[in-house]
Amino acid sequence: MTAENTIHPSKWMKTDDAGLYCVPGDFYIDPMQPVDTALVTHGHADHARAGHKRVFAHPQTMAIMTTRYGDDMAEVQIPVPYRESVEFDEVTTTDSNSASTEQGQRKIKVTFYPAGHILGSSQLLIEYAGYRLVISGDYKRRHDPTCPPFEVVPCDVLITEATFGLPVFAHPPIEQEIQKLLHSLDVFPTRCHLVGTYALGKCQRVILALREAGYTKPIYLHGALLKLCDLYEREGIALGDIIPVSEVEDKASLAGEIVLAPPSALADRWSRSLPHVRAVLASGWMQIRARAKQRNAELPLIISDHCDWPELLQTLTEVNPSEVWVTHGREDALMYQAQKMGFKARALSLVGYDEAAQEE
Amino acid sequence: MRAFSDLLEQLYYTAGTKAKAQLILHYLATTPDPDRGWAIAAMAGTLRFDFFKRNTVKKLITERVDSELFAMSYDYVGEVSETVAHLWPEFTPDKTLPSLSEVVDTFANVSKQKVASTLANYLTIMTPSQRWALLKLGTRGLRIGVPARSIKQILAEYGNQDITEIEKLWHGVTPPYTDLLAWLEGNAPKPDISNAVTFHPVMLSHPIAQSDIDDFIPEQWQIEHKFDGIRVQLVCNTTKEEPEKALFSRTGDDISHAFPDLLDSVNANMVVDNMVLDGELLVMHNDEVNTFNALQQRLNKKKPTAALMKTNPAGLIVYDALVLEGKQLTDSPLVTRRKALEAWFDKNGIQEQDNKSRLHLSECLSADSPTELKALHKRVCENRAVEGLMIKRSSSSYVPGRPKGQWYKWKRDPLVVDAVMMYAQRGHGKRSSFYSDYTFGAWQDEQLLPIGKAYSGFTDEELKKLDNWVRRNAIGRFGPVREVKKELVLEVAFDAVHPSKRHKSGVALRFPRIHRIRWDKPANEADTLSNVKALIEQ
Repeated sequence: MTAENTIHPSKWMKTDDAGLYCVPGDFYIDPMQPVDTALVTHGHADHARAGHKRVFAHPQTMAIMTTRYGDDMAEVQIPVPYRESVEFDEVTTTDSNSASTEQGQRKIKVTFYPAGHILGSSQLLIEYAGYRLVISGDYKRRHDPTCPPFEVVPCDVLITEATFGLPVFAHPPIEQEIQKLLHSLDVFPTRCHLVGTYALGKCQRVILALREAGYTKPIYLHGALLKLCDLYEREGIALGDIIPVSEVEDKASLAGEIVLAPPSALADRWSRSLPHVRAVLASGWMQIRARAKQRNAELPLIISDHCDWPELLQTLTEVNPSEVWVTHGREDALMYQAQKMGFKARALSLVGYDEAAQEE
Repeated sequence: MRAFSDLLEQLYYTAGTKAKAQLILHYLATTPDPDRGWAIAAMAGTLRFDFFKRNTVKKLITERVDSELFAMSYDYVGEVSETVAHLWPEFTPDKTLPSLSEVVDTFANVSKQKVASTLANYLTIMTPSQRWALLKLGTRGLRIGVPARSIKQILAEYGNQDITEIEKLWHGVTPPYTDLLAWLEGNAPKPDISNAVTFHPVMLSHPIAQSDIDDFIPEQWQIEHKFDGIRVQLVCNTTKEEPEKALFSRTGDDISHAFPDLLDSVNANMVVDNMVLDGELLVMHNDEVNTFNALQQRLNKKKPTAALMKTNPAGLIVYDALVLEGKQLTDSPLVTRRKALEAWFDKNGIQEQDNKSRLHLSECLSADSPTELKALHKRVCENRAVEGLMIKRSSSSYVPGRPKGQWYKWKRDPLVVDAVMMYAQRGHGKRSSFYSDYTFGAWQDEQLLPIGKAYSGFTDEELKKLDNWVRRNAIGRFGPVREVKKELVLEVAFDAVHPSKRHKSGVALRFPRIHRIRWDKPANEADTLSNVKALIEQ
């Protein structure tokens, strides 16, 4: 690799109002506005939007997007399985720095790898002009029965998320959190345990963890969770006996049962029809007491689909890039720590990743 | 320690007194002595010493964690104990976590030099929530929303006793309360506290009704001022080798530490013996009564500075005696107790309008007819330091609780202003999910400034309407707080207005409640801040 035909990624990866943009490939990663070409890492709404012309995504992510936004969510939908690549022709620019001048047109090669965040979640490896750049997307390093584990992909530049990028965040094992819920059912056998979970990923992971803990009773679901649970089942992830709350005629019979609903439904009028609700919330934010209290969680379960601090550091060490770009979350602390560990680090601020709106 | 930490964890997040009680009852039934007794002490605030200082904790963490990362974390978490609990870098889980009582014993006996290393060892074998529990316990900073009175209520329920029984015993028993719990479980006789300085449950009054005023027969009643302080009980026993004195709030909380000036005034020069006085605690400059606001400054301080005691000296207006010179008086009629009280003041050379004494005998007023009683009420209420009248049956014996037809309070008419609703927040318990806590403001030029918050005074039916109005007129959100359109006028009643530096409006209302909802009134016709300020008592 010689200096004249390599171009550092800081020259060809940009951010703008729509999001992270690869200039020579003319595509965006997880854009927030409709664009011509979008590469989507996973199906959460703060990453996957409808209305793009062309979408490249893992087949399961594509299925999530069509489930949520309809079959016509993008004109062209190109599924890319894990470890497979797509190539983009280099867009010729007037930039004299362009690598194509001497060797004819070069390609931008993008490969999808598992990220361990939710069903279909992917990291993207972009190879161009002598550099390997990995966009982690959202990821975690723990076991998750709904998706293959995060794969360490060697690279020069790693763009990592930092949602829980503070050393105070250390997520306990999910088994321990599920035991808290089961214990609460013992102590409050007549209360309906209403668990706030995000519809995509968290909901299904909580159901599976309950099943693994030996909970075989039916689990009741708010209507907003049904479609995605169906999708998971179609993808071969068995969730056991799940029943829509709307099909329960006598709501009083839900005393002592587990009901899953989107977090917003916890304080909503919808929950008033349930008997003697105990408000449970499953989220990584629940680790901070005041946060949990603000959300009116009576029983906070620290269950996250993101890396905690130790996992972020583990990833830096294992991937061992020469440079780290830190995005949405608490960038400051992770940048500070990455520099302490000897990495070149900078913050990459992206629009649209608001904590309150963030699905985990 | 594990069970205690689990309990705190659940209490912290559980809303509602009943649910909290359920958790504590479950804990009491499943936890052995002496751990459960120490837990009660921790929750009721009756632990006698700090295990370690806050500074020790800060020093330990800064030795272990990068100061930048600590600062960023603390900034996000907002609380030191929790930040430390999460950041503590060493974790060697120990299957045999020490029991709560072992922890208490260890810190009670450890030498000063070893406090820090002992704490560090504990933090290392604990999970974050256990660490948090230890840090809160050790600095006596536990706030779990269970007041001391609720703990007593829960103990009463646990032993199927009346709460007055627990209250009678409470200050005669000490942590870890093994004797008390054994009695509650029916395994031991009631603890003997005959010689202890304890709180006696107080007798309370009913609001007076118009018919009570009309039926007033002068010779049957004792009339006194109702002052706007707090009801306290002064309990002394000088017959012991170590004379004991204590001041209790009406709920039985020991507030002695906050009022050493008052307690010191009961000294060896006085005839005391065994004594229980019932009275009103106030800030008093000689015999002049200051406002509740002045008292509030004293109540906020656990340990008052000399300067504060000088500017806001505590005084007690005594209106009843339960025990005097070792003699139990509760079964005697009020008229007899009053005579005994007057004789005791005489004997100790405290004259009415005595300038030096901290103790003052409550003045008896007179009215010869219902009409005169009304005139008297009107007259005394002109004095802003007075909250109204107390009218007590002369034949009443001292009965804890709120017996009917014995004591009446006749408060001054409340002050009212028309204020505009600004923010609303959801309530708790049966009101959760209803917007039931309202912040309201008064106009200053074109701007509304919040003057208070109220969550009572309306019916369930009105609450539904208010909740609905909030939902339809919300314009913003700050965490759990909704901002609403500045359109709804609330007629707010309150007992007094005080100047306040804490609030932007510069005023604080005492006991504000919703008096009426003025669906009809345009917001721009609500009161101005200067209207409100004009009501400040001088």
